[in-house]
Amino acid sequence: MINLKDLEKKINSELTTKINSSYIKHNQLYFEIDKDDLLDVVLFIKTNNKTKFRQLIDLTVVDYPEKTKRFKVVYLFLSHEFNQRLILSYFISENEIISSLTSIFPSANWMEREVFDMYGVNFKNHPDLRRILTDYGFEGHPLRKDFPLTGHTEVRYSEDKKKVINEPVKLEQNYRNFDYESPWEGTKYIKEQTDTNDKKKN
Amino acid sequence: MTKKKIKNLNLNFGPQHPAAHGVLRLILELDGEVVEKADPHIGLLHRGTEKLIENKTYMQAVPYFDRLDYVAPMNQEHAFALAIEKILNIEVPIRAQFIRVMFCEIGRILSHILNVTTQALDVGALTPSLWGFEERETLMTFYERASGSRLHANYFRAGGVHQDLPRGLEADIGSFCENFPKIINDLENLLTDNRIFKQRNVDIGIVTKEDALDYSFSGVMMRGSGIAWDLRKSQPYDCYQQLDFKVPVGKNGDCYDRYLCRIEEMKESVLIIKQCLEKMEKGPIKTFDGKISPPSKKEIKQSMEALIHHFKLFTEGYRVPKDEIYTAVEAPKGEFGVYLISDGSSKPYKCKIRAPGFSHLQSMDYLIKGHMLADVPAVLGSLDIVFGEVDR
Repeated sequence: MINLKDLEKKINSELTTKINSSYIKHNQLYFEIDKDDLLDVVLFIKTNNKTKFRQLIDLTVVDYPEKTKRFKVVYLFLSHEFNQRLILSYFISENEIISSLTSIFPSANWMEREVFDMYGVNFKNHPDLRRILTDYGFEGHPLRKDFPLTGHTEVRYSEDKKKVINEPVKLEQNYRNFDYESPWEGTKYIKEQTDTNDKKKN
Repeated sequence: MTKKKIKNLNLNFGPQHPAAHGVLRLILELDGEVVEKADPHIGLLHRGTEKLIENKTYMQAVPYFDRLDYVAPMNQEHAFALAIEKILNIEVPIRAQFIRVMFCEIGRILSHILNVTTQALDVGALTPSLWGFEERETLMTFYERASGSRLHANYFRAGGVHQDLPRGLEADIGSFCENFPKIINDLENLLTDNRIFKQRNVDIGIVTKEDALDYSFSGVMMRGSGIAWDLRKSQPYDCYQQLDFKVPVGKNGDCYDRYLCRIEEMKESVLIIKQCLEKMEKGPIKTFDGKISPPSKKEIKQSMEALIHHFKLFTEGYRVPKDEIYTAVEAPKGEFGVYLISDGSSKPYKCKIRAPGFSHLQSMDYLIKGHMLADVPAVLGSLDIVFGEVDR
């Protein structure tokens, strides 16, 4: 096992211009880079003899709808040789297209398809960018924070049409989201109520 | 005679095919009986686990992990519990660690029995599954006695396990460990040197070392190709460091080697369980921190604070400070990981589940190209696919 700090220094010194920030947490290396440097950085950490991150473990996106650069793209790498994990991330805005890793890691294929399916992020040079987990003909991107938990449509077999059809969701009872904030920290709905009451008085 | 144009045949394998191990729609392009291309369509069992977890408290999220790889439920819970523990920085009592490791190994045996015997079933041997499933039933009663349910255990918690083992369970698991190696031997007698089994599995679905890395393989899929990598050894979690066990590694990377690895792993698991039973001492089974683990019924009756803790834990749940972490465990099928982002509230902000089966199934096209149609079930069987985790 190579020392994490040495590894961090090594990568930082080789890729000085391309790494925005780096830190070590929970025994893992975290790097923040720019979107455009992705392929260079990944190719370097995969092939360099001192790093050898030979395996792409996973690829995912985190949605922060309140930010202008809404999506944080995260890549997890593993180096068997040095027994280390590395987490690479960068932010993109909603309509940006990012480059696909499929040419470097064939396993990125389905991972990118999943990200495309769940978040609607587009990949450049991907051989086969289709939806993967959701139904044929599905609309929307379920893991975005603004997608409702109950979804938009529900499926049932229609006796009249003799086929499976999609309908808007009808719920007997809406999904209940309780507010468990401690009362002395001020619950949202009470705050809103008192605020409106105050406004009325004024 | 005029020349006829021959078109390749497109064949739908599944989604209701018994050898597809669940709901897999595999579109095969066949040239005669040779597979030219395989395009797996997955997602028929997609339940939106990750979305649901984002809307549940940390404690409520645990049962979703049982429903991923439903033949080895507790191994998944383990990854999630470890992720929370690392963020909260809590110490797990040693007895709880042994209990968790023991049940993870039971899960490994559960999964490997299912895989080995159904793979045999796919290539034409019926008896192993009948013998193997009897043992699975015994193991699931152990699950039931500890957690209350045979499959969806919901037993691991951040900071330990839900309840201590009931009286007599340790002795019963001990006697199972005595008898089970004989069953493995019986299975091996049926399969290992069996001519038909070997004809169907040797040199089928070969994975080279390079490709095992490139395709993000893990677990047996990787060890079968000769890469000695096991997270229990290389990045030990809980009490694996105190246990003595070997990691079987294959040579040729074909379906047969992977079968052998699984058989050997079952034997090692039995040894691990035995060691756990030996080393386990009486003691607490979850952390004492009242902010994380609920108080006992007895305490609630007497202590005001315990009552408040109980109420808060089961309404709001515990809060996890803002952090980002990836933790992985060696699940029976490979590296099962949880990439957790917490935002300081009592619900995860994001919980990405890294399922080993997802990357294994992805390589179906690469593995099956050039093989015969009859090899599809054999390769699929040796990939060890469970759709609960692939589709999430």
